[in-house]
Amino acid sequence: MIERTRGLDIACHGVLILGGLLVCVPIYFAFVVGSHTVGDVLAVPPPWLPGREFFENARTAWTKGNLGRLLFNSLVVAVGITVGKIAVSLLSAFAISYFRFRFRMVAFWLIFASLMLPVEVRILPTYEAVANVALPLQWALDALDVGRWIGALTGRTVEIGLEWNMMNSYSGLILPLIASATATFLFRQFFLTVPEELCEAARIDGASPLRFFWHVLLPLSVSNMVALSIILFLYGWNQYLWPLLFTTDKDMATAVIGLKHLIPQSDSEPAWNVAMNAALLVMLPPALVVVALQRWLVKGLVDSGK
Amino acid sequence: MQASTSLAEKSLPAAVPATSRRRRAAGAGGTAGLKRAHYRNSRLPLLLLLPQLLILLLFFFIPAVRALVQAFVITDPFGNSVQFVWFDNFRALLASPEYRDSIWVTVWFTLTQNVLTIGVAGLLAFATDRVIRGRGLYRSVVLLPYAIAPVIAGILWAFLFNAHVGPLAYVLKALGIAWDPSLSGFDAFMLVTVAAAWKHICYDYIFLVAALLAVPPSLLEAAAVDGAGPGLRFYKIALPMIGPTVFFLVVMNFVYGFFETFAIVDAVTRGGPGGATMILVYKVYQDGFVHIDLGSSAAQSVLLMIFAVALTLLQFRYVERNVNYDV
Repeated sequence: MIERTRGLDIACHGVLILGGLLVCVPIYFAFVVGSHTVGDVLAVPPPWLPGREFFENARTAWTKGNLGRLLFNSLVVAVGITVGKIAVSLLSAFAISYFRFRFRMVAFWLIFASLMLPVEVRILPTYEAVANVALPLQWALDALDVGRWIGALTGRTVEIGLEWNMMNSYSGLILPLIASATATFLFRQFFLTVPEELCEAARIDGASPLRFFWHVLLPLSVSNMVALSIILFLYGWNQYLWPLLFTTDKDMATAVIGLKHLIPQSDSEPAWNVAMNAALLVMLPPALVVVALQRWLVKGLVDSGK
Repeated sequence: MQASTSLAEKSLPAAVPATSRRRRAAGAGGTAGLKRAHYRNSRLPLLLLLPQLLILLLFFFIPAVRALVQAFVITDPFGNSVQFVWFDNFRALLASPEYRDSIWVTVWFTLTQNVLTIGVAGLLAFATDRVIRGRGLYRSVVLLPYAIAPVIAGILWAFLFNAHVGPLAYVLKALGIAWDPSLSGFDAFMLVTVAAAWKHICYDYIFLVAALLAVPPSLLEAAAVDGAGPGLRFYKIALPMIGPTVFFLVVMNFVYGFFETFAIVDAVTRGGPGGATMILVYKVYQDGFVHIDLGSSAAQSVLLMIFAVALTLLQFRYVERNVNYDV
């Protein structure tokens, strides 16, 4: 503190308290509504204080929204995306910063270019790609006319139809999302700050590249991995467009998607109390993560922005 | 002290820090970002890169190329005949009043959201930088929306502003303001914008607080000795030093506004009423997935890709600046 400015300090506290209110008011009202009956919610004026039906509504939301299953799906998907992204980008970053090989810069730019293609701009073709992952292979077979070759060799008419549908599966929800330019660059930046002597020493001691990676680089990266995994967990849990497109089966949807079906769309069935209760339930796990691991979250965000 | 050196670096290329100079010189030889102690092995690195590149190929590059191809052809509804039509899809798209409206909605939406987000986040970050007591608590509370999915943010605000049951709508009505987002385009637009900004303030806030913390106290103290008050110090010292961060955040806010607000629109307004919240991303989805107009949807995808490329390049500029100025 440089000088005493009583008025400004009070104003600053005032601004922060207002900011806190801005954050809390929507959540508070979700709680209020989530603890009333439908009749109370429809009353004029609307209720301002919490009621007593919170657990009753939670039970309704749980069964009506199939939340047990959906929360489990969300957990699997979020953890899968987190682990997958970290593994895939650690390997890529290691390859790019510790090896000299012919296509190094090509690989680097390919990964960088993926930043320019968010899912939202390639919705339809990506949908087709997930609906049949083997499609490119099929084209290759068709282009080379493999079917006719085999037909000519065996004397029969052969038609090869490849299909690998990833819709409504965990792999479809996880695999396409685990490529990550941001995470790759974060680890690459970090590897560039690792002292050169470590790799030299490992090489003199006769350690193979993978051994160096596993025993030296990985333990050094732990704090980066933790910080990043929080962001990635939240990213995975809060995914919307992806599961919306690739889950037609209600049992394979994630909690966030399930929530959408609970929002009252018409005024004839205004079950806002159940919907808001469910919203609280679905945001609880990530909120706990943010509150408990705040310091790591901030580190991860600021590092990955660089 | 640091400010003067960074100024010198800007005008004199020779004074660029050794690391970035080395990196740039090495860039020509293809060893940029390579460790000095490295392995020469040609098969292992490709194997290590394989998972990432395979996923990128299958789910990023091939779909992007297909969108590009589809944008220049017309396919009949049964997928039997394909006709190459050059820029007809784009011409039809840009001539359609719905698409133009959608562009304007997106422009207003991203701009308003950006100003709201950065403004509130800046105010909160400045205040956080000033206070000592309770700083951690304030920070935890402001950070909370980071955990909340955009769609949930949308639902929370949709309820607050719901014309029949929402407490805020009730207050507005009591004040004599007619309010119904399900009928009025402007109301729906404000609802979506506020929800989007509310969800994103925490992101900007984190970066601004970190950037303000990184401003050297010696500079601020020197200015204080010279008689500059807190406001003047913020304008003359802190703001120029956090400039690159603000630039980065503006770009990130555009990325967020363009792409990630899809969930809010889908859950709250579905582009309505009367297209008042039909942002470009939502229109791609509507035309491609709901109305199955492949050519138009692909052309829209391509235009969005161009936006995305531009935004990414801007983001990359920030990274470069950061290397040079070490802010």
